[in-house]
Amino acid sequence: MSEKKKIIVVGNGMTGYKFCEKFIEKGLNNIYSITVFGEEPWAAYDRVHLTDYYTGTDVHDLKMAPRAWYEENGIELRTSYKITSINREAKQVINVHGDAFDYDALVLATGSSAFVPPIPGVDKKGVFVYRTIEDLDAIKAYIPQAKSAAVIGGGLLGLEAAKAVMDDGLKTSVVEFAPRLMPRQLDEAGGEMLKSELEKLDLDILLNKATKNICGNGKVTNMQFADDSTLDTDMVVISAGIRPRDELARESGLTVGERGGILVSDDMLTSDPNIYAIGECALAQGAIWGLVAPCYDMADVCAETLLGKEAAFTGADLSTKLKLIGIEVASFGDAFGVTEGAIPIVYHNIVSGIYKKIYVSADGQYLLGGILVGDAEDYNMLYQTYNSKIKLPKNPEGLIIKGTDGGFELSVLDLPDEAVICSCENVTKKSLIEAVDEFDFTQVSQLKKATKAGTGCGGCVPMLDDLLTAKLEASGKVVKKVICEHFDYTRQELFDLIKVGEIKSFSALLEKYGKGKGCEICKPLSASLLASIWNEHITEHANIQDTNDRFLANIQKGGTYSVVPRIPGGEITPDKLIVIGQVAKKYDLYTKITGGQRVDLFGARVDQLPDIWKELIDAGMESGHAYGKSLRTVKSCVGSAWCRYGQQDSVSFAIKVEERYKGLRSPHKLKGGVSGCIRECAEARGKDFGIIATDKGYNLLVCGNGGANPKHALLFATDVDEETCIKYLDRFLMYYIKTATPLTRTSKWLEQLDGGIEYLKEVVIEDSLGIAAQLEEDMQQTVNTFACEWKKVIESPELLKKFKPFANTEAVDDTIQFVPMREMKKPANWG
Amino acid sequence: MQDIQEVQEWVATVPATEFETNGSNAVLVNGKQIAIYYFADTQEWYATDNECPHQKQQALSRGIIGSEGDEPKVACPFHKKSFSLKTGQCLSGEDYKVNTYPVKVEDGVVYLGI
Ligand code: SRM
Ligand SMILES: Cc1cc2nc3c(=O)[nH]c(=O)nc-3n(C[C@H](O)[C@H](O)[C@H](O)COP(=O)(O)OP(=O)(O)OC[C@H]3O[C@@H](n4cnc5c(N)ncnc54)[C@H](O)[C@@H]3O)c2cc1C
Ligand code: SF4
Ligand code: FES
Repeated sequence: MSEKKKIIVVGNGMTGYKFCEKFIEKGLNNIYSITVFGEEPWAAYDRVHLTDYYTGTDVHDLKMAPRAWYEENGIELRTSYKITSINREAKQVINVHGDAFDYDALVLATGSSAFVPPIPGVDKKGVFVYRTIEDLDAIKAYIPQAKSAAVIGGGLLGLEAAKAVMDDGLKTSVVEFAPRLMPRQLDEAGGEMLKSELEKLDLDILLNKATKNICGNGKVTNMQFADDSTLDTDMVVISAGIRPRDELARESGLTVGERGGILVSDDMLTSDPNIYAIGECALAQGAIWGLVAPCYDMADVCAETLLGKEAAFTGADLSTKLKLIGIEVASFGDAFGVTEGAIPIVYHNIVSGIYKKIYVSADGQYLLGGILVGDAEDYNMLYQTYNSKIKLPKNPEGLIIKGTDGGFELSVLDLPDEAVICSCENVTKKSLIEAVDEFDFTQVSQLKKATKAGTGCGGCVPMLDDLLTAKLEASGKVVKKVICEHFDYTRQELFDLIKVGEIKSFSALLEKYGKGKGCEICKPLSASLLASIWNEHITEHANIQDTNDRFLANIQKGGTYSVVPRIPGGEITPDKLIVIGQVAKKYDLYTKITGGQRVDLFGARVDQLPDIWKELIDAGMESGHAYGKSLRTVKSCVGSAWCRYGQQDSVSFAIKVEERYKGLRSPHKLKGGVSGCIRECAEARGKDFGIIATDKGYNLLVCGNGGANPKHALLFATDVDEETCIKYLDRFLMYYIKTATPLTRTSKWLEQLDGGIEYLKEVVIEDSLGIAAQLEEDMQQTVNTFACEWKKVIESPELLKKFKPFANTEAVDDTIQFVPMREMKKPANWG
Repeated sequence: MQDIQEVQEWVATVPATEFETNGSNAVLVNGKQIAIYYFADTQEWYATDNECPHQKQQALSRGIIGSEGDEPKVACPFHKKSFSLKTGQCLSGEDYKVNTYPVKVEDGVVYLGI
């Protein structure tokens, strides 16, 4: 045991972690023991997806592996542990307290730090970099006192950082030294297109700007540029490139590059035969490699070398796809067409914001590289065509211009076996196919787990999906999106099975068609199906519901719930408003006007919910279903009753529509809007269904969405009367309920519907499937059997019992804590 | 049912009929919140701390129970992290763990081993 030689790894970043993985995978653990030192307090995390942390993902979800993984594999991991020097003679690394650790082989994986240019004022309060979890915490903490931000650097990372702070509500500017954005990846026209698209998102872009000074008394207030212009800003995020962390190596006399980086040969050895360097700190093949794929490659080569095998890092392809939400950007291969004789093909559409340029070899046979802005859907296939040197068809413009003659439809299965599909993990098409064949995979998640493909930057995941689908289709298997490990059926199939088999409970469904005990995916899904098919009270299936449906309220931080009474069309009498106020006061609830024209009362304990609802119901109110996948609100504007422009009585119609569909259970929540004229004060075009008054009646629009991916609703019928409008809505909503996959809003459902809006019109308006009468009948049935869920609860002793916090005592939960906020309160912070 | 670990004391709670079938409830024992899970279809009982180790919420009794492979589990209602009801180990790839407790039913009453 004690005879094992010792490897020490300094740095537990992505590369350091990858090395550990290779160490185990390749059996180096039979020869060596291993200790890893990491300066950061966390075990290695996925820096590539750091912005996910910024937008709310938990630290734990970003971890490359839990600590238990290191333990199980006998890897000693010491975090918050910085190594400060190397004694090469004694073969020891030393920390700040002088503790020394022996090594036989030392692997430096110290990564890099953000490059901070020597501009006066970079040390002021409000200046940040964007590299670690701590950096992001610091930015987050500063945001509340800032209104505007400037990001120095218009490259890949700078734009990612800019988008993040902008989404936090700051007026954001990007300051780039070069004459265009992403100068290393894009040409002039591409950079220009990206700039105008980003400006549409309200991002301010300043080009040709060299920052001369960051000014402010202690904290940042503005920036001065070399051209003497200035910019007022409350904070600055510097993203001007990276600096390899070679300080340990440098001080211990290892050879480092002129412009930084620990010099290594192709087998990852530094100038000391016992010391290796890998990842972003290494100067390999004359360059610093700032992407994960080459860093991982180096970890692999280093492990091979330690095994005594021949391996070499020979450089890597720097093709990239930007992860910016909203605007797609990619560049690959010879993106600037420097190859001799390269022939450019360009598609440039300023109206739709799409720019695609590819270069084809002089003989027209091969794709050399290209740039995509605005639409990078084909990136994976184009990249493969380039990388695998696939022969091009006669009219290569078909690669970027859809629908042209001689269009080029390449399937993943056409790629050569050795095509590298996942470049981060170096997984070839062949090994993916073998994995699918061997284990009969049917889901991408299985494939990811087994081959690691798609676990790095994630860019190849759509391709894995295509590959799996193509493979399954080719082998004659029906490809279907099964629900989870407990049911080999799609939602649609389960719907039919329940209906045809007259199944009334989850237990019966599981026994007949499922396996195992169910889970948090199939249970709520079945609950929603059972509820929409048998139109039963939702509490009938309380034990298979998500907490919100189980307690008929939305759960909040701290474990309390919210109460939202229905206020149809946003119209409410003063008396009801007074009752809401009185109830809120009595139970000390936080009150807020919602974005849906009603009032939300927050902070109720589960045992208080029935009492609160009783008071509201006694005053004539009903559940607002804010907790359910069901109709929320039908928002209205004041309309012709009061408004000088009103063309129809939008409030009355909104109330009528909301009353009709209230309580309707559906695959996802549903929202509607009715506006009294084209000025559209009810924002009906952002709803699942929108009704806009005209002088002749109403225009009906469907499948709009606010939320995460806003979409305007599409015109469906023009100048219809109220009756026709409701008829179409009945059919439309029922058709959606019957065919959409779970948690798919109408806008997404429409995207997936073959034939799109025109097909939907045929089904709903022209009744091309002959199901319209049935759809209407089903809807009428649901409308007829509506009952307020909360009314039922407060009248049933059996149901009331479910709101008791503890089975064995009448005590209330005293762990819930609040802190004061303005004149009300809020839950104490997490954990 | 799981192995009976070393039990200091069996605490009587309430009759089994008071529990949600194929679901879970919380009980308060010596000031501590404990979640009891009842798979009625297979007559299995389990118990864990009610507190989810992720954000320290008293929440597990309000989660959905089920299985992953052969492992019975509960998914926290807040962020859907799953925990094995046999070992308490987090099944969502993190190193969290909750305490588990043995449960027995005698004369129709549910006892918790503390
Ligand atoms: C209370 C409210 C915010 C407010 O203070 O104004 C709110 C609060 C929540 N919204 Fe919302 N949304 C509220 C209006 C909206 C709106 C605006 C609107 O309806 O006009 C939108 C955009 C419009 C849309 O849906 O298309 C909106 C888009 C979302 C989304 C994103 C949906 C999407 O398709 O992208 C979610 C997440 C989800 O449903 O999966 C969400 C989810 C949530 C949840 C349920 C999150 C959760 O699971 O805890 C919040 C629960 C609060 C609570 O505990 O009561 N909320 N939410 C609004 C309640 C309206 C109401 O009276 O019922
Ligand atoms: C916001 C962001 C987005 C990115 N997006 C992408 C992308 O989309 N695609 C892509 O390919 N790449 C992307 N990258 C780059 C990618 O994250 C890096 O290439 C990768 O993390 C490099 O890994 P590494 O382990 O070499 O360095 P690092 O991840 O920097 O890890 C080095 C670790 O060593 C530690 N360390 C340093 N010195 C010592 C010491 N003396 N003692 C102990 N510990 C020490 C450091 O604290 C650090 O934890 C992104 C980077 C950022 C910041
Ligand atoms: S209320 Fe809606 S937008 Fe606001 S934090 Fe909650 S989910 Fe997000
Ligand atoms: S609090 Fe339980 S998963 Fe987050």
